[in-house]
Amino acid sequence: MSEMMTGAEMVVRALQDQGVEHLFGYPGGAVLPIYDAIFQQDKVKHVLVRHEQGAVHAAEGYARSGPGKVGCVLVTSGPGATNAVTGLTDALLDSIPLVVITGQVPTHLIGSDAFQECDTVGITRSCTKHNYLVKSIADLPRILHEAFYVAANGRPGPVVIDIPKDIQFATGAYSRPRDNQHKTYRPVVKGDLGKIKAAVELIASAKKPIFYTGGGVINSGPHAASLLREFARLTGFPVTSTLMGLGAFPAADKQWLGMLGMHGTYEANLAMHDCDVMINIGARFDDRITGRIDGFSPRSRKIHIDIDPSSINKTVKIDIGIVGDCAHVLEDMVRIWRETSPQMDKSALAAWWTQIEGWRGRKSLSYKRSETIIKPQYALQRLQELTKDRDTYITTEVGQHQMWAAQYLDFQEPNRWMTSGGLGTMGYGLPAAIGVQMRHPKALVIDVAGEASILMNMQEMSTAVQYRLPVKVFILNNEYMGMVRQWQELLHGGRYSESYSQSLPDFVKLAEAYGGHGIRCDDPDKLDDAIMEMIKTPKPVIFDCIVAKEENCFPMIPSGKAHNEMILPDFEGDTGQIIDAKGKQLV
Amino acid sequence: MSSTATHYPNAPKSQPSARHTLAVIVDNEPGVLARIAGLFSGRGYNIESLTVSETEHDKHISRITVVTSGTANVIDQIKAHLDRLVPVHRVVDLTEQGEALERELALVKVVGKGDHRVEAMRLASAFGARTLDASLTSFVFELTGSTEEIERFIKLMTVVGLTEVSRTGIAAMSRGPDAM
Repeated sequence: MSEMMTGAEMVVRALQDQGVEHLFGYPGGAVLPIYDAIFQQDKVKHVLVRHEQGAVHAAEGYARSGPGKVGCVLVTSGPGATNAVTGLTDALLDSIPLVVITGQVPTHLIGSDAFQECDTVGITRSCTKHNYLVKSIADLPRILHEAFYVAANGRPGPVVIDIPKDIQFATGAYSRPRDNQHKTYRPVVKGDLGKIKAAVELIASAKKPIFYTGGGVINSGPHAASLLREFARLTGFPVTSTLMGLGAFPAADKQWLGMLGMHGTYEANLAMHDCDVMINIGARFDDRITGRIDGFSPRSRKIHIDIDPSSINKTVKIDIGIVGDCAHVLEDMVRIWRETSPQMDKSALAAWWTQIEGWRGRKSLSYKRSETIIKPQYALQRLQELTKDRDTYITTEVGQHQMWAAQYLDFQEPNRWMTSGGLGTMGYGLPAAIGVQMRHPKALVIDVAGEASILMNMQEMSTAVQYRLPVKVFILNNEYMGMVRQWQELLHGGRYSESYSQSLPDFVKLAEAYGGHGIRCDDPDKLDDAIMEMIKTPKPVIFDCIVAKEENCFPMIPSGKAHNEMILPDFEGDTGQIIDAKGKQLV
Repeated sequence: MSSTATHYPNAPKSQPSARHTLAVIVDNEPGVLARIAGLFSGRGYNIESLTVSETEHDKHISRITVVTSGTANVIDQIKAHLDRLVPVHRVVDLTEQGEALERELALVKVVGKGDHRVEAMRLASAFGARTLDASLTSFVFELTGSTEEIERFIKLMTVVGLTEVSRTGIAAMSRGPDAM
């Protein structure tokens, strides 16, 4: 049964029919009809942000902090759309399902350089999974529902629907499409059984195996994470993960090696380098993971499970590439493994574990403690200790604090860790935390931040206060753009060009100015009490944690090196001499 | 240790680059061509020839023929990236399927008098080109053929007064009874 209604009403009805409860947005001239339709209902709750970039990151945090939901955004034309671009690109690179609705000038004005006009579909074509310009009211219902299907299926990603204002006013027939089958976009979710069998045989024959898992396991849903755990238990193999995949495998498990990559642990990176069979599940051989590609895991045979066929053989040559959804493929793998119960080379595996324990013994996450100043690593260890028994979600900004958070915070479950991985967007964490808190009102949501990143979307404190979202911003304040400073130390002779955070605001007063609560701590002895105060405060908190200023984030695979050439925290030489001239040209 | 140390993958070394003709069946929706062209430019692939037209009007389906070149790995990437675009129905590598039929059409304007004019007419008839327009000082020829034939024709016409060329780019189809 179709029903007659306006385009604006169709938008709201489609959101309701898709089960959308929260919509992040910011009004403007070209979306006023939709805001009017929102006003006249109460099923979809609108969250007013303070900047459109914040709306998109909030929707990302919302979508990532649990399975099965698409993040939704509504912004106006022109600057509303262009401000959303960073968030869209972030969601594209990290494969986050979003539907972003943008207003557009009326159809007859498109192309005339009208007020607040921009070529939204042109601008967002390369930073979305797909986008639509709605030119007829007759197409609107189909496009609205198709957008949700495209955003959530296959490799998830952001979808933009650009709706001219006259289409919002026009009247048409709305009906919810009965079947969700798309006529062209039908991603493969079941893996090829022949290849899965071949992979099981290769896995069974391994002497030095490793599971290398990524964000694909999280995106695939909790079932994928539990299958990964089951398969890891069945095989007894070591497990490492990318930044994006943290939480899919419990950090408390003995088989867990920690994160790998540029700031990964010694044991994870050396195990990757020396393994003979690599089982990549939902990761994409990002350059932060592989380091120098010609020195990357040179002696291994590689299995790659990915829902995106273009990820397989993109940068690293794969022996068995399986296109499919992680949960579906793992289900088949575990079933075949159980059916065939293959003989493993137990003595080789025991020797492999002995080797790994040797690397673990190197304690690559150790650091020099201090009695007088707070080391950033220590601050995070205390945060971990004091939040571990709570219902905690962590978001981050981008930089040293982000890597330290990945290293020192433990994630036991998927969807607890929201960070900007692919794009590396400073300013991601606070709006993302707002999105997470919106979805989990009773949880403890902490944005681990740096004093530079937080200022990029500071205005969202106002959103947190308005909606009584008690997010905690935990700033590791070293008065530097720490990662920039670290690279300048390593690469540019310690010339700290523009990386010092001058004229910082008083974060305690700033928190109070927004109507939140501010805490400052610079004494290791008082840190625990201060963190407890933050946790117990039932409103938004900015915690200004004054930490050691020139601490480097180690371990690190320096620019232009392979996994077995890491800098460890006990490095005593001249850090300015580690990277050679060639490496200095790289990023 | 090689001197090309990098976090990014090295450029593929001395791998043979090959020319491939891809047929891409798409929904003829607004922006679909920009999407495909943007994919090539955004990821640094080459387009040597691009031909587009709606082939099934009732279903709004277009066929895009792209000629591109790259290493085997790059060609695989191009196909995978094309295939995951939402409006793309399917991607067929005609080159991989064997000797595909490839034809393009060229309109060639030649201006001249006397011997040049006679020679132009003679060459056109030798190539089987049609004369679409003639004036006392000019011809417009239409030639359909393989890219190589068109190139040869244009080269010869240059000598006898070629002033303008318009080419369609390649339309291609596999041989035999199987349809894509």
